[in-house]
Amino acid sequence: MAEEKFLLEMTGITKEFPGVKALKGVELRVKPGEVHGLLGENGAGKSTMMNCLMGIYQPTSGKIVFDGVERKNYTPKESLEFGISMIQQELSPMQDRSIMANIWLGREPVNKFGLVNWKKMYEDTKRVLEIIDLDEDPKTLMRHLTVAKMQMVEIARAVSYDSRLIIMDEPSSAITEKETQQLFKIIRQLKAEGRSIIYISHKLDEIKEITDRVSVYRDGSYVSSANTDEITQDQIIEMMVGRSVENLFPKVKVPIGDVVLEVKDLCHETLFRNVSFTVRKGEIFGLNGLVGAGRTELMETIFGLRPRKSGTVLFKGKEFNPKCGKDSIDAGMAFITEDRRGNGIFPIQDIEFNSTIANIDTYKGAGRLLNLKKMQKDCAEYIEKIAIKTPSQAQLIKNLSGGNQQKVLVARWLMTAPDIIIMDEPTRGIDVGAKSEIHRLIGELVKEGKSVIMISSELPEVMGMSDRIMVMHEGDMMGIIENDETVTPEMLMELASGIVREEQ
Amino acid sequence: MQEKKKNNTLSIFLGKYGIIVMLLALVLVMTILIPGFLSLRNIQGIFLQGSIYGIMALGVTFIIISGGIDLSAGSLVALAAVVSTSFGQLDTAMNKIFPWCPQLPIWVPFVVALAFGGFLGAVNGLMISRLKLVPWIATLGSYYIARGLALVITAGKPVAQLIPAYNTIGGKIGILPVPVLFFAICMAISWILLNYSKFGCDTFAIGGNMSAARVTGINISKTTILIYTFAGIMYGVAAFVYAGRVLSVNPGAAQNYEMSAISASIIGGTSPMGGKGTIWGVLVGTLILSVIRQGLTLLAVDAYWQQIAEGAIIVIAVIFAMRREKAEL
Repeated sequence: MAEEKFLLEMTGITKEFPGVKALKGVELRVKPGEVHGLLGENGAGKSTMMNCLMGIYQPTSGKIVFDGVERKNYTPKESLEFGISMIQQELSPMQDRSIMANIWLGREPVNKFGLVNWKKMYEDTKRVLEIIDLDEDPKTLMRHLTVAKMQMVEIARAVSYDSRLIIMDEPSSAITEKETQQLFKIIRQLKAEGRSIIYISHKLDEIKEITDRVSVYRDGSYVSSANTDEITQDQIIEMMVGRSVENLFPKVKVPIGDVVLEVKDLCHETLFRNVSFTVRKGEIFGLNGLVGAGRTELMETIFGLRPRKSGTVLFKGKEFNPKCGKDSIDAGMAFITEDRRGNGIFPIQDIEFNSTIANIDTYKGAGRLLNLKKMQKDCAEYIEKIAIKTPSQAQLIKNLSGGNQQKVLVARWLMTAPDIIIMDEPTRGIDVGAKSEIHRLIGELVKEGKSVIMISSELPEVMGMSDRIMVMHEGDMMGIIENDETVTPEMLMELASGIVREEQ
Repeated sequence: MQEKKKNNTLSIFLGKYGIIVMLLALVLVMTILIPGFLSLRNIQGIFLQGSIYGIMALGVTFIIISGGIDLSAGSLVALAAVVSTSFGQLDTAMNKIFPWCPQLPIWVPFVVALAFGGFLGAVNGLMISRLKLVPWIATLGSYYIARGLALVITAGKPVAQLIPAYNTIGGKIGILPVPVLFFAICMAISWILLNYSKFGCDTFAIGGNMSAARVTGINISKTTILIYTFAGIMYGVAAFVYAGRVLSVNPGAAQNYEMSAISASIIGGTSPMGGKGTIWGVLVGTLILSVIRQGLTLLAVDAYWQQIAEGAIIVIAVIFAMRREKAEL
């Protein structure tokens, strides 16, 4: 067999962020004219790898060869120019500009007076839109397009750059089944023109349908590559999750008590349907699923941050209909959100402020003024109790490590004396050592008789910590399983991918 | 289905031309209430009144489209006006700032106004792009500094006894007031720059999606400096025309004009969030403001109440703009 020719060869790619090694010697090889599936759990390093390829990040080390030439230290603009385009998962076009202004952004054609030649741009756009079969006037504002069409415009942009490699990051996550088929049609056409496509998706059926080869990443490392038709979905799943669960510490055995929270047939307008489950005292209830499964949205609805369409929630035996987060907090529920920076910490405030803020009402003393002494005392108590590593409680929270920030947030919610604590991805972006401390903390919470609902994408975490695990897939409840020795990562992955549904 | 489509067309039409409807409605009401509102003299007055902050609003519009704001516009106009008119005084006059200066032709203060205005704008742009100050902080600083400088270099006294050519700048050619001519020329230049230059496209890109702009290789820092420089040049023109109208420039001049310019731009449909705006919108926004001002003055409405009316119009215009954006989605 002749030596295989690759359009793209990335080898030994390492990327370090302060405190985190996001990529550890990862590789990727893409042949000309192939659709290459990129797979891995959340946080496996797919996006970081693609950002390195686009020149948005500079890899710490490693080699990138594109089209036979080694490329080093290039900018996103240069990568566009030598033929790599990326269609982001979250499209953010210039909404109030036309299709053509978006496509030719940064390289508008000009006439001999140096003025933008809109007529040429219009004609060129028409031609590009024809290639990808998009019947829209180039002057239409992006605001008036559906997400699927915006995506098509992005593809048109890639074609207009004459890109030989087009990266599509979860392109089907926000479009309908029918639109996905249309997308596949275009992908096949681009492929026939000799272009290569890197297709990132969690949906294994799509991967099977559209890709020629797949590469699998796990925890920032390269696992392996294979031809799609020589591999089964089960094998792909095994490659994605195939790690030992042994390095997790054993779960603390805690007696399980009465039902604290009961959810019956809860529906949201669009995001999830007919979800029912119960959580008991002293239980850690794991909630697993892929991005877009509706896990966070489900919890936000129970917590009163989103309106529910139908269904009932019983909390401590009483009907529970919170209008806002405050109602839930007062009733004894706590919610530690996933996006620590976005809606968790107040970065430029100190630990004391950050730990007491959810509970500030209780510190109102004489004349409605705050009892600062008591706040200091309580804060100090929690720093001690959950071992927050900090020189003092006056330290600004932004100066703490991710793990310690998370602990401050746990302290914040513990001060509200909750009966049930919802934790959304409690250990995301936290290094290994701090992870186990957070896990130990969760163990202690249930020992005190609290209940924990833990949303997590990380299978070892879910399997190592939970008493029971509920798996969701695109808004559907796939099943609730008792977490015993018979549970395997493959089982959970199959449920999360929507391949099989646990019989109820 | 047909019905819905029609509705949609109507809403798109209103979205696009709603402010013109608003302007026409205002003119209609004023014409009914005030006899002779549409007389030549009054129409001249309306355009004349709007020309100064209209010219400023052109520069401000570039800034707002790029996602910025300029609170210093009025102060920069005042500073550019006192500095430039110092080159346009009669030689019999005690020249306040440049005593060694002989009497100069009118083009000198014109060039000085534009160059100095552009320089002041560039300083704003540098503070924002190089020192990474948010636009409203940077321009809040220059709002005070420029006003203070104008007061310091004039010792608080007006620059007067300007050369006779200034009378022409504030006068009329036929029925056309010269300041309005300046406004028209500035509009034409701005229109070409915004719609037919790379600079205009980059301005939309920075305000519409800064990260996309960066990825496509647009030099954000350079473009930002250019945007504020262009705005400064517009303030320079405004300063020059202003001097022609008042013929004696007080260092406290053009107070609050930045607010009129921002209002005209926003009423004209420039998105306060950036990424959207038009030059004809600035014209219509400017006219809406001056029709209200002129009309309410003629109706002898108390000046205090005029302010309330203006504020209400701005808020209503933005509410409409937001409504139609929602309708378009």
